[in-house]
Amino acid sequence: MADGPFIFYTEHRLIGLTGIAARNLPELLKGLETVPGASIFYHTHQEYLAHHFQKPLFYNDFALWVSQAIHEDELAEKLAAVDLLLFTAIKDLRERIVGIVRRHMGEDHWVPRDCPPGDEFHFCRSKSFPVPTNIVAHDIPEFFEKLPQVTTVSLFYHFFEARLRLGRPTNDFSRWIADQGEPELARSIDQLDPYIRTLEELRDDIVALGRGFTK
Amino acid sequence: MPTTLQHYEPIVGRETIDELRVLASRVRRRRIRNINSTPVGGGVAEILTRLVPLLRELGLDVAWDVIKGDQAFFNVTKAFHNALQGSPEEITGSMLETYRETTAMNLREISLDADAIVVHDPQPAGLIEGRTTTQARWVWRCHIDVSRPQPRAWEFLEPYVSRYDAAVFSMPDFAQRLPEPQYLAPPSIDPLSEKNRELTAAEVARVLEKYGINSARPVLTQVSRFDRLKDPLGVIAAYRLVKRRADCQLVLAGGGASDDPEGGEVLEEVRAQAAGDPDIHVLPLPPSSDFEINALVRGSTIVFQKSIREGFGLTVSEALWKRKPVIGGAVGGIKIQIINGVTGFLVHSIEGAAHRALELLSDHELRTTMGENGYRHVKQNFLVTRHVMDYLLLMLALDHPDEDVVTLA
Repeated sequence: MADGPFIFYTEHRLIGLTGIAARNLPELLKGLETVPGASIFYHTHQEYLAHHFQKPLFYNDFALWVSQAIHEDELAEKLAAVDLLLFTAIKDLRERIVGIVRRHMGEDHWVPRDCPPGDEFHFCRSKSFPVPTNIVAHDIPEFFEKLPQVTTVSLFYHFFEARLRLGRPTNDFSRWIADQGEPELARSIDQLDPYIRTLEELRDDIVALGRGFTK
Repeated sequence: MPTTLQHYEPIVGRETIDELRVLASRVRRRRIRNINSTPVGGGVAEILTRLVPLLRELGLDVAWDVIKGDQAFFNVTKAFHNALQGSPEEITGSMLETYRETTAMNLREISLDADAIVVHDPQPAGLIEGRTTTQARWVWRCHIDVSRPQPRAWEFLEPYVSRYDAAVFSMPDFAQRLPEPQYLAPPSIDPLSEKNRELTAAEVARVLEKYGINSARPVLTQVSRFDRLKDPLGVIAAYRLVKRRADCQLVLAGGGASDDPEGGEVLEEVRAQAAGDPDIHVLPLPPSSDFEINALVRGSTIVFQKSIREGFGLTVSEALWKRKPVIGGAVGGIKIQIINGVTGFLVHSIEGAAHRALELLSDHELRTTMGENGYRHVKQNFLVTRHVMDYLLLMLALDHPDEDVVTLA
């Protein structure tokens, strides 16, 4: 991609099931330790892509379940506070989440508690099928001109999938823009935290950063 | 005139239809053979009737076969069906033998020449015995909840279904631990079918009038079989609580499944409970009543689906699609169709159902907002076009079982 034009991708997703469910924290922990990495990715990212009628309490499924099904609010807050931007490998993210749950279960006042029947946590996983769109940019001005047409699914792919699932060191936009000779602009995009914005807000903020670079 | 993909464009948008076409180009001419146990009646046949023509239009070579069996076989599979969903059923050795014999007979008759064979539900699941005779990849498409089966039934079925290349379930809650990859594909509704298409105000009024329902007064409706698990008596009790505070009428509409001996008994109980109240309309309708059901829901103020146990409960999406707020039992697939407080209310009791109905009856704006949310929720998640997409992705997933990210260059 470095030497050529930037091709915006979109993606389709098939949700995979593991058949693994948790009724309480020990079972959640066991699941966290054993489910495929694709499941950890799914439960820490799917809410960013989901359509919301109201802003969710937490964007992290583990935090949401811990809060709503077993009412462990302190743990929920700790899980939700995990800074996903610090991780470029799911393995490390998993270790971090497992560590937080383990420490919580080791606290003196902790008592195990089952969720009501029907509220179990079901570990899912995502299988993504990225596809190129016909939106292509040959230079930086064209990139920013085309960006407003790009869907949130496309942003999800270039920011989240690229870093955590495809092992790229940064998001695809920053990589390509740096290769085009604008490392400063690339860095400022890289510094936008996609996890504290909606994908629409992320797109608007990138468009704003590119204002001085349009034709 | 048959329904084509183009007819869905005004509903789901050009982009969605284009995406289906692009994706389908990657699995074009693939030969897919669906196998189930009945050509008409029941949710699976209804889904295949809609999906098969659309997949064919997209260039896939789709066949649909139905297994044969005598009454003894279907008695066995009915018992399996119940036992797999956790009901107490006696599963005897001779029942298992009947299943094996019928499976062997069908294996001699059904062609397995295909690229992918999609076997629906437990009845034909044993056909996997024929896997060595074909190059096809095998998918078990399970539409029922097998998460808490009776052990004997599961012990018998598991060796069959664990030999498939993939399994597909309607809800994460319905799945089992199996060695093959498992995927999620919730069922869907067809917005262009007789049961869901837009109707004119005159069409709706005509049906309400036919059944003596006053369209000027609020109407609470539940559409479901007369089955205890749908709790029609609970709905009447909730209606009575509502009626103490607000004027309303109640419609209980639906058919009885011919294979359900309890249906008639429940209908009698419902009629006895409703006796003497001219505002309760008990309407046992024949299976061909899609238009009437459509009009009754569209003519309603609020829709109930107060099930005590439920498979997916697609009647909820059918009502949400018509912009009706739905009050439903917090069970099965109802939990993912009703976003509590957003597209309707999830309830756990008769009192809860009545309380929410009163709340909705007194708040026109809330009804409108929830109705609009419900319509959008269904449009995004439960329309047949999404189901077609799942099928296409499933075909691609069969080619790449071990990859989490499959880049389609």
